[in-house]
Amino acid sequence: MTWILENWVRFWEVTEVHLRLSVVPVLIGFVLSIPLGWLASRSSTTRAILFPLANILFTIPSIALIVITPVLIGVKILDEINVIVPLVIYTVALMVRSVADALSAVPGNVTAAANAMGYRPLRRFLTVDFPLALPVTIAGLRVATVSNISMVSVGALVGLGGYGQLFTEGYQTDNTDKVLAGLIGTVVLAVLADGLLLLAGRLLTPWARAGR
Amino acid sequence: MGGWLFDPAHWSGSTGIPVRLVEHLGYTLLTLLIAAVIAIPLGAFVGHTGKGGFVIVGLSNALRALPTTAVLILVVLWAGLGDFPVYVALVLLAIPPIMAGTYAGVRAVDPVTVDAARGVGMRESGVLLRVEIPNALPLIYGGFRGAALQVVATATIAAYTGAGGLGRLVFDGLALQEFGQMLAGAVLVALLAVLVDLGFAGLQRLTVSPGLRPAGTGGKR
Repeated sequence: MTWILENWVRFWEVTEVHLRLSVVPVLIGFVLSIPLGWLASRSSTTRAILFPLANILFTIPSIALIVITPVLIGVKILDEINVIVPLVIYTVALMVRSVADALSAVPGNVTAAANAMGYRPLRRFLTVDFPLALPVTIAGLRVATVSNISMVSVGALVGLGGYGQLFTEGYQTDNTDKVLAGLIGTVVLAVLADGLLLLAGRLLTPWARAGR
Repeated sequence: MGGWLFDPAHWSGSTGIPVRLVEHLGYTLLTLLIAAVIAIPLGAFVGHTGKGGFVIVGLSNALRALPTTAVLILVVLWAGLGDFPVYVALVLLAIPPIMAGTYAGVRAVDPVTVDAARGVGMRESGVLLRVEIPNALPLIYGGFRGAALQVVATATIAAYTGAGGLGRLVFDGLALQEFGQMLAGAVLVALLAVLVDLGFAGLQRLTVSPGLRPAGTGGKR
């Protein structure tokens, strides 16, 4: 803990980078997984392609994906995009299933009622299906966010920023406090983000607790 | 691009691909064994007694947030280089999904079934070992296979502190700027993950009672 207090400016600097590198991919991945999950919930063919593909993408180790990305998209190895692209892939791989499961679980009589009231498909999706799918979707989002926050550190093994830098520098200089500082930062960030999403989920779905 | 992978010179010797594959598989299997020995009894006990469920869930979530790289480096700094730090880091990674799966599985066993087991005179240990755990096996396997995928993928990082496994190809390739070698490492890890999952899927088919198989789905997740 003393390392954090004595090196507050540096700690804050890596915190900012770490936060950016984990939140941006979650947001992009979340937005991408909504239409994909919707497709998967409607057609079993899409599901038969997307789900196994998601499983395989998930098995590629993050360090490997981080070193391969720059060659595939033609940027330098020290570009932040090399962490962002793999984490977007992991987020989508995880979230597609959550979104698809959540949308499939919307009761048929509810959608039928909405149809009967004259809701058009897009409006029905935005105001009926998606809100009802939110609890399960947010549960998936929490897992994706926590695992992203923990995975950003891997980027430091190839020289990218975030708390992982404290791990590699601590390793090279035999400085346990520095490694611990990064570890504490990661866990605190993950717990905070998780709590924030839990709270957001409760505020967005007040009906989920009604009548209990 | 696949040139490195298919060069026969890389398939022999003490640093050849087969040796790295065996090392990687060794880390994975021993890690899973240790993690299962710790996590399954804990999860089963808490699921059976119904006490301390929030501790299990909280502990699982907290462990999940733990960055494996940091754990690996910390244990290396404390205990020195070798395979020991690799196992500590990987076991901590594998425990949460196995424990959560076991807990959820035992909890989800139909109370009527458990009641019937008590009714025919089974002791508590019999209820747990002969009724609850066999019925919970699909979910236990679910957690276990999730852990296996994560361990295969993450064992790659062990090479950062000089240990073996397929991560050697990734880190050596990175140091030498040999893209082919890094790609070979990534592809082999992904392949190994798929094979390990298939292996456990087979084991699951052999050990889970056919009566518990979900109709038509084959139990694939």
